[in-house]
Amino acid sequence: MSMHRPAIMTSLLALALATSAALAESPNLGKPITPEDLAPWDINVLPDGTGLPPGGAKPAEGAQLFAENCSACHGDGGKGGLGGQLVGGPPKASLDGGKTIKNFWPAATTLFDYIRRAMPYTQPRSLTDQEVYALTAYLLAENKLIGPDEEINAKTLPQVKMPNRDNFIIRFPDRI
Amino acid sequence: MRKSMRKGHSIAQVAGNGLLDRRALLGRGAIFAGAIGTGAGALNGAAAEPLADGPWSLEVGNVIPPYQRPSPFEKATVRTVDNPNNEPHNSRARTPHHLLKGIITPGGLHFTICHGGVPDIDPAQHKLVIHGLVKRPLVFTLEALERYPMVSRIGFVECGGNSAPLFSNEPIQADVQALHGLASCSEWTGVPLSLLLDEAGVDPKAKWIVAEGADAPHLSRSVPLAKIMDDAMVAMYQNGARIQPGQGYPMRLWLPGYEGNMNVKFLRRVQVTDQPALTYYEARTYSQILPDGRAYRFYFLQEVKSFITSPSPGIKLKEPGIYEITGIAYAGTGRIAKVMVSADAGRSWAEAALQEPRLPKAFTRFRMPWRWDGGPAILQSRAWDEAGNMQPTREQFVALRGQTSKPPSVLGFPSQHFNAITSWAVDGKGDIRHVYA
Repeated sequence: MSMHRPAIMTSLLALALATSAALAESPNLGKPITPEDLAPWDINVLPDGTGLPPGGAKPAEGAQLFAENCSACHGDGGKGGLGGQLVGGPPKASLDGGKTIKNFWPAATTLFDYIRRAMPYTQPRSLTDQEVYALTAYLLAENKLIGPDEEINAKTLPQVKMPNRDNFIIRFPDRI
Repeated sequence: MRKSMRKGHSIAQVAGNGLLDRRALLGRGAIFAGAIGTGAGALNGAAAEPLADGPWSLEVGNVIPPYQRPSPFEKATVRTVDNPNNEPHNSRARTPHHLLKGIITPGGLHFTICHGGVPDIDPAQHKLVIHGLVKRPLVFTLEALERYPMVSRIGFVECGGNSAPLFSNEPIQADVQALHGLASCSEWTGVPLSLLLDEAGVDPKAKWIVAEGADAPHLSRSVPLAKIMDDAMVAMYQNGARIQPGQGYPMRLWLPGYEGNMNVKFLRRVQVTDQPALTYYEARTYSQILPDGRAYRFYFLQEVKSFITSPSPGIKLKEPGIYEITGIAYAGTGRIAKVMVSADAGRSWAEAALQEPRLPKAFTRFRMPWRWDGGPAILQSRAWDEAGNMQPTREQFVALRGQTSKPPSVLGFPSQHFNAITSWAVDGKGDIRHVYA
């Protein structure tokens, strides 16, 4: 049944050893890059807040921005459209649908990361970091995940408690 | 067995409703002797007409083109596209499995999902950055990567949402292309990502990488470092030629056996981290809701699976007689060990012939000779991987994973990672429907 496995492992091991042994002769054709030169692409935000830029905004600062940049697809106030509902929706998601920021998303940092990298759909990377903070704060407040006067910044965003955060099961823990 | 002996056929029936011994496939003359004996209709009953030259045999043919396209008679062998006007949402193109017979998907028929259109990337300007928890952040050009030692490997890519219509509480009437068309298999050639990470010098604290594409959504996914160092590839060639635009031209991350969305296309950046990013696609889209309201995260693996590609819905059986049941089987865990086929809704099973090569984490073609007697039949296939994992029945599967309360759109994705048995029902007229059995 597992007759092939030892053979695979052995060949992988041999390959790995060959690779590390030959490292001195590796092509080494990558060019070093400084953090400053990397910065325009260095946009990942991690759940602990790593990667969040300076700045911050309160929900009210995002209302006008949302109307101008987001409502065409996501509806007035994020109530839904071609691009999906961002505010409101069912209390629980199911196989019939209804995953929302409030009832499903496990981390608020995902909101900043995704808006900054992918939105608006037709003009990605056109918003400033400050504008992304404002839209993040607006959507969190509209979903009643923060109060209307709370500022969202690099310190506060990772601390937002998402209601569904503890309802996830790692499918294959041994693969992580 | 009794039935075929009674009719005096030379091939043993090995399971109910006409399944024949897979060794008949190798028996050359034996199967034809049987086939002639069973013929009832015009195709193998009537005598052939006198031969004549076709017009193409009586004139000079066309000029040879620089890039050969399929015959004009093969217009049906195309992908189905679900966003032909490029509206501002996802676009998908599905592989026509019912018209393919091998294990390699031609590049133009490989399934594609793009979340912000297909970018036109100038390969001379494309860059791949490796940074984060490394000693030396590095930038690679395509020209530089061309000088690296490459590896080639045949393997499948399957969208985590392939076969999602089978989460419907009622069987959705659609063909194998619509139901299972988000999986394809190619020969991929490129540079092991581990080699580039070794050059950058990975910090011992590193546990994950976050990969990012150069397309409009800057699609990003987290991958455990263990998988990256095991068999991840920066793939630049597909079936020998530069990778297709829809597959991530000029380079993609390829993670053999792992959920399609993780195989980041248009790969431009790899950040080495100590934690997953919980990107939109892993935190929301590719987390699977369970019946108890919780959800799976980091499913990653495409588990052992098979489906029959022919006969299948849309293919009409014109007359009783010998047919070959064929399909594909694959497992993100490794090789396919066995495929069983049933023609009586799982009451009896017979082992299918597995076509070589039978490669790990790649499509394996299976075949089973079948004598259709003209009556109702329900065709199923069931695969095992070499670790002994068995493809579940749909009933077993939905008991754990749930189903919808009402039928969704055939283009919808109620959940993901569906790998249970598919059933095709043949009726007395030779028409085929999708059923749950």
